[in-house]
Amino acid sequence: MWSYIIKRLFSLIPVLFIVSIVIFSIIHLTPGDPTTYMLGEEATPEQIADAKKQLGLDQPIHVQYFNWVKKAAIGDLGSSYHMNMSVNDAIMSHIGPTLSLAILAEIVALLIAIPLGIIAAIKRGTATDQTVMGFSLLGMAIPSFLLALFLVLLIGVKLQWLPVAGYRPLDSGLWNHIKYLIMPAISLGSIQAALIARMTRSSMLEVLNTNYIKMARAKGVVERRIIYGHALQNAFLPILTVIGITFGGLVTGAVVTETIFNIPGIGSLIINSVARRDYTVIQGIVLFVTFVYVMLNLVIDILYGVIDPRVRLEEK
Amino acid sequence: MSDVLLDIKNLKTHFYTETGHVTAVNGVSFNVKKGEIVGVVGESGCGKSVMSQTILRLFEEGTVEYEGEINFNGRNLLKLNKRQINKVRGNDISMIFQDPLSTLNPVHTVGRQIAESIILHQNASKKEAEEKAIELLRLVGIPSPEKRAKEYPHNLSGGMRQRAMIAVALACRPKLLIADEPTTALDVTIQAQILDLMNNLNEELDMGIIFITHDLGVVADLCSRVVVMYLGEIVEEASIEELFDRPLHPYTQGLIKSIPQLDGDRSAMLHTIEGTVPPLTRVPKGCRFAARCPFADEKCVASAPPVTEYTATQKVKCWHFEKILKNQEGIADVHTYS
Ligand SMILES: Nc1ncnc2c1ncn2[C@@H]1O[C@H](COP(=O)(O)OP(=O)(O)O)[C@@H](O)[C@H]1O
Ligand code: SF4
Ligand SMILES: [Mg+2]
Repeated sequence: MWSYIIKRLFSLIPVLFIVSIVIFSIIHLTPGDPTTYMLGEEATPEQIADAKKQLGLDQPIHVQYFNWVKKAAIGDLGSSYHMNMSVNDAIMSHIGPTLSLAILAEIVALLIAIPLGIIAAIKRGTATDQTVMGFSLLGMAIPSFLLALFLVLLIGVKLQWLPVAGYRPLDSGLWNHIKYLIMPAISLGSIQAALIARMTRSSMLEVLNTNYIKMARAKGVVERRIIYGHALQNAFLPILTVIGITFGGLVTGAVVTETIFNIPGIGSLIINSVARRDYTVIQGIVLFVTFVYVMLNLVIDILYGVIDPRVRLEEK
Repeated sequence: MSDVLLDIKNLKTHFYTETGHVTAVNGVSFNVKKGEIVGVVGESGCGKSVMSQTILRLFEEGTVEYEGEINFNGRNLLKLNKRQINKVRGNDISMIFQDPLSTLNPVHTVGRQIAESIILHQNASKKEAEEKAIELLRLVGIPSPEKRAKEYPHNLSGGMRQRAMIAVALACRPKLLIADEPTTALDVTIQAQILDLMNNLNEELDMGIIFITHDLGVVADLCSRVVVMYLGEIVEEASIEELFDRPLHPYTQGLIKSIPQLDGDRSAMLHTIEGTVPPLTRVPKGCRFAARCPFADEKCVASAPPVTEYTATQKVKCWHFEKILKNQEGIADVHTYS
């Protein structure tokens, strides 16, 4: 088990390496550079050259890259050109809201999707099934920003049940923290819910058709226990895969939602940094996100083994 | 007939599928006495599995309709409510299936799967049930049962899995065991071992067994009576001696001729019955076997033959069995004198 985890961690290195090269090239090949934004439009060429020299941007690109990699290898992602802090600090100060939002969105999605998926599978072909699947189609079709605007207008502005936008950290109290995140979490989680519900339904249907479920019936096991005691655990592997993929998307893809609800997370940070051509921050975030993705995959793989003893065997 | 355990009368199983209505079991009647092993034989697609799963009503409600009677211990199983049938399943009547790997739950240990029935039907505590599970594993001949009980199905070999499945089925000492092709997925040596085991269990536990197989060769050593199924109907029923000495139905005769002879001439072509079992959507109007029968005539094609009781223990569903029998005795005589 441990050797497996260590092996997986080592396989992370080439992935991060390739991602870093790609992102470095893209950033440095797109027009515009940080000095324009630092010094304003009226800066003289001398001032610009000076600033570039200070930032090390006058050196050939491969030299810049190696300087950056050398530090990144020991966990130092450099410092922001604009924010007067290190990139590590910038990421850490923005990860909290994003993580909170992602976790809440995933919880919302799971709470809705798994029960509905199971019900749809049990009642396959009935009106209940069609209703659930219809909603899931709707959930996938409606863009999350549209849902967000709708929620803001209805619940925030008209009913005034929840704050329209903004963010409060966890220190300000759990409810205070959560109440600002409910609407963003729903608008962000609805697509995930739709995907997970579909996967739950199809996976349950497949499992309910297997011989071991027939055998459980032949043993006199009641239907409830067949669903929760025999079928669900078997159906969970593909569901877990979808959860993993969608959660990765939540951590990184909340840009629009964070903007609409004015949440100071990673999404906001990357938008601002792109606008300011804050190279080091952009690079740092991309590298960090890749790292999160790979780690998430590792966790999912370990969970596979917890759920399915056959997977456990292969890992030994 | 107080020693009758299971009495099936004119049983029909209708499926309502997207493509229409089919009748997979069409008027089957036979019985099983206490402690008796009855074989059910027929090519694949003849409705053996559907018939056997109908006994415990294992098909999904709403897609299926049962007709007739399945009398067990004086009660018609088709009339029981959900709770009542669940008390029969795995307790009075158990099933084992063809492929033990796909029939054991991959995420539960073998011990847990055996213990589940015991907890369910006998009000046993978890600990008692687990101890009983180990006993059962020992009973079916699994070495180091304490260790095996904690393992998952994929850790066991094919033969061990089938034994484990038999242990699951035996958990509550059922009065009737339905074994649907329990040896088909196994190789010949293991197959013989499992048949041996079933024979011993039948004697030790005095348990009735319905043994389903497409291989007539297997039933000879195990069963005292055999019913032969073709396309959802029983075409012949006979004691094991009658069946092999004097098969009456052309289908039975064909099946017997296709048994591979281990000691026979290996170069000889294996006899096979011509054609295949048609799908249920194309059931012939008259005798269902007519299209493949060498003795078929207009009468056979026009109308279905009745069931004739030839002896007290042998029944056949064929218009011409007497004529065929005479002919064959003639041929047999010629052989004897030549
Ligand atoms: N659930 C079902 N719905 C509709 N038709 C079925 C179903 N199960 C089996 N059948 C049909 O019933 C016939 C008999 O099948 P089966 O009992 O499995 O045969 P056997 O076990 O003798 O090989 C086949 O034609 C099969 O297609
Ligand atoms: S009734 Fe006719 S077709 Fe059917 S088995 Fe007998 S001889 Fe053959
Ligand atoms: Mg079958």
